[in-house]
Amino acid sequence: MSNLSETDLHAYADGQLDDARRVQVEAHLAHDAAATESVRVWRAQNEALRAFYNPVLNEPVPQRLLAARPSWGRWPYYALAAGVMAMSFGLGWVTHSYRSDRSAEAAALPRRAAVAYAVYAPEVRHPVEVGADQQDHLVKWLSKRLGNELKVPVLTQQGFDLVGGRLLPGGKGPGAQLMYQDNKGQRITLYISLRDAEPRDTAFRFSQEDKVAVFYWIDGKLGYALSGEMDRASLLAVASVVYRQLNP
Amino acid sequence: MESASIAEHIPRLRRYARALSGDSHRADDLVQDTLERALAKFHLWRRGSDLRAWLFTIMHNVFINQLKARRELALDDAVADGLQSAPQSDPFELRDLDAALRQLPPEQREVLLLVGLEQLSYAEVSKALGIPVGTVMSRLSRGRERLRAVVSGSANVTSLKAVK
Repeated sequence: MSNLSETDLHAYADGQLDDARRVQVEAHLAHDAAATESVRVWRAQNEALRAFYNPVLNEPVPQRLLAARPSWGRWPYYALAAGVMAMSFGLGWVTHSYRSDRSAEAAALPRRAAVAYAVYAPEVRHPVEVGADQQDHLVKWLSKRLGNELKVPVLTQQGFDLVGGRLLPGGKGPGAQLMYQDNKGQRITLYISLRDAEPRDTAFRFSQEDKVAVFYWIDGKLGYALSGEMDRASLLAVASVVYRQLNP
Repeated sequence: MESASIAEHIPRLRRYARALSGDSHRADDLVQDTLERALAKFHLWRRGSDLRAWLFTIMHNVFINQLKARRELALDDAVADGLQSAPQSDPFELRDLDAALRQLPPEQREVLLLVGLEQLSYAEVSKALGIPVGTVMSRLSRGRERLRAVVSGSANVTSLKAVK
């Protein structure tokens, strides 16, 4: 055959050729001893690698690796690093660190969200201004005030139903707070406000504001912050869903 | 919950990391860093795309950063080939395979393991490592010849020529 390349030989040895090509390579190998030997060696290498390392698959997984799973509801101390330090040094230390190495907005967004959470989440009689029973009105109203089309994430699969929402002051203009509650009465809020300035980055970030955990990010003209009095891993699970629903 | 599906991949990540680093403690450090980064960046993973390939990509990035920190990363595959120490001439046994892999530049070792051990397609390897398929093939070719030379005790590494 005229155009057999070394790539074909590798692909043949690795079983990555389609049937037609494989037949062609086999025809070539019938009269090319050197190529046949190469294929034999490469296959032997593959088999040796699997024979040598496959036993790792059957080893028990070390606890420290399993602990990195958020589904356990526990976050290992090493993953928390900055968060744990921030908590132990208190909020002043957090605020200070934000001022020193992050934009003012990056500091302001989770802080505002956490304060709004702390004010309204414990509220028994008036947690929201507009209830979930008037969700259409709620979305239209808040979208109009923020000047951007708002989407309301659905978190029922995560165990949280929409309670409703309210209008709040944002950094430079209005902000919105959507509140959710699970069947144990635990509440989380999604705070949305216009971003103040061009963000330095839009990364997904975590901030521990006293007892309130906050995941926040910037997306286009809006800043989002999901807040809750829960551990970081559980909140991260919900925050990932919120993020994906807003960025399908 | 998706984190549970990440956990399903831990045994295979450990197998690959063990072969890549050659040391079980260092390998599990690599897996742990990979898992933590994966959890932190989980929102970036596109639902429906191959989770395993995404995890290999993250592990590759963590591995490269670790090599850079240890200054082990070769600047160029060809230069790295020349810099490798002379291979031992003992007859090859399975237990020597791990030592032989250490004789390969990390870039070649990664490709060789993703193809031979993890059985990824060349296209998947290309995507996971962020390199063109042509580079995958040249690293695979060099890696296999290097391994063959180390194992057979030959210091002369010659690349197999394309059969035209």
